[in-house]
Amino acid sequence: MTRGLCVAIVFLFLAGAPVLAGQQPATEGFVPASELPPDQQLPAAPFLIGAYAFIWLALVFYLWTIWRRLGKVEQEMRALDERQRSHAR
Amino acid sequence: MRKLFAPLLVLTAVMFAYAPVVIANTRYESTMFLVQKIFYFHFASWMAWAAAIGVCGIASAVYLFRADPRGDRLAVAGAELAILFGAFGLVTGSLWGRKAWGVWWQWDARLTMALMAELIFVGYLLVRKYGGPGAEKLAAGMGIFGAATTPFIYKSVDWWRTIHPQTSVVRNLGETAPDMYGAMLFCTVAFLLLFASLLTVRVHLESRRAELDRLYLALEDQP
Amino acid sequence: MSFATTAFLVLKKDFTIEVKSGEILYTTLFFAVSCVLIFAIAFVREGQPVEGAGAGILWIAVLFAGNLALGRTFERERYGETVRALLLTPAPRAAIYVGKLLGIVALLVAAECLLVPMVAFLFDAPLFARPLLLAAILGLGTVGFASVGTLFAAMLVRSRTRDVMLPILLYPITVPVIIAGVLGTSALLQSPADEPVALLWIWLLVSFDVVFVTLALWTFEPLMTE
Repeated sequence: MTRGLCVAIVFLFLAGAPVLAGQQPATEGFVPASELPPDQQLPAAPFLIGAYAFIWLALVFYLWTIWRRLGKVEQEMRALDERQRSHAR
Repeated sequence: MRKLFAPLLVLTAVMFAYAPVVIANTRYESTMFLVQKIFYFHFASWMAWAAAIGVCGIASAVYLFRADPRGDRLAVAGAELAILFGAFGLVTGSLWGRKAWGVWWQWDARLTMALMAELIFVGYLLVRKYGGPGAEKLAAGMGIFGAATTPFIYKSVDWWRTIHPQTSVVRNLGETAPDMYGAMLFCTVAFLLLFASLLTVRVHLESRRAELDRLYLALEDQP
Repeated sequence: MSFATTAFLVLKKDFTIEVKSGEILYTTLFFAVSCVLIFAIAFVREGQPVEGAGAGILWIAVLFAGNLALGRTFERERYGETVRALLLTPAPRAAIYVGKLLGIVALLVAAECLLVPMVAFLFDAPLFARPLLLAAILGLGTVGFASVGTLFAAMLVRSRTRDVMLPILLYPITVPVIIAGVLGTSALLQSPADEPVALLWIWLLVSFDVVFVTLALWTFEPLMTE
């Protein structure tokens, strides 16, 4: 049960993060351009987007590693369980 | 904790979904304009990093003096998250620095020491992985020492002249630019919540591993 | 037996063994000198030493030699299986730690006595312009490095991978001390010597030493318990 919940949660995060990551540049894009001096606008944006994109990508990657490690442990546990059951028989 | 986890996760997700709107609505800083908006996640990352190191240090001490395995699990989770949030802070800071200072990296006191703190916790994980039997205790010692050097990193910019803004900048922000201060607080809370949820998941992983080890041992003991 | 007596006895024990064999002192000194010579080859261009290299070379030589000395000191204890005996004595553990720490510091100070003139001579560095300040920086830096080093080397005696683990544990944690030591020394090497900056770093070294020694005394007992 808890495992199912955890996987679901991780999936939620995994599925949610790219959507949010996709929104990131769009949200920055709607900033009224008139407030910016024209020479500042272009060069700063890649750094800003890069910074926020990195955070999202690293976070997704980290969650993926946790999910994988958890999957491995659970798999091993099931194998152990089966072995024990066959032992008992 | 398990009951609290779902609401915590939902709250974190909502705050992160709303964070871009909050950040977009703040005014532009007068000299750095758009690129200054990195600040909100940069600062929040370092706050979560500090929380992670604090958790690692305190949990290490608890493990060392009380021999409580839960302290050990919490300490690993804290160390791993310290690396993650430290990487957030270093990369966003580097990108910001490229625009604001014109260089990717500056060998000034705070940057150097932040990098070294990152190294300490990478070393922590290496010790755990390759230290052999008894590595948990070694790692706990390292966690305590690592946490003890962090306050020096925090104060380093106030003690000697560096290129990095001083810590008083953040304190004064409440008076000079309340909207910026609000966005900063919002992002910091979001990151701390993210830290709490990641910590819960990571500790869960570690306790499942402990359970697995226990099962293996029980199997070996069987005739 | 009081705290000071125990610490002194541990120090005396190490000192007596060392005087008889000289193993650690001579190997450490030789290693430190080879380090400096390697750097001399790497950092001398067209017969002129690279400017400001002296401080860094001095400290790297001290650190490498320190790592070697720490490893050897506890390796000897492991061979004789004397760590367990030391820990079984009804003496305060912290006193054993202090005795060991003093031994390592004495060894490193002996190495520094050789290294400083050598670096000054080979790299044309005015190391003796402010002898007291230099002695303070070197002494405080050595204590900071050795306090963490002694603790971790003692812990690692039982570990299988101690040779690899010691530098991995030690260098990241002592980097603040190394930074302070190198920058403080190079402030002294400038002409004219930048005394206020050197004093700032000395003050920082003092605070590091206080934190590290306190923590080491506090954690030595639980870390050494099996």
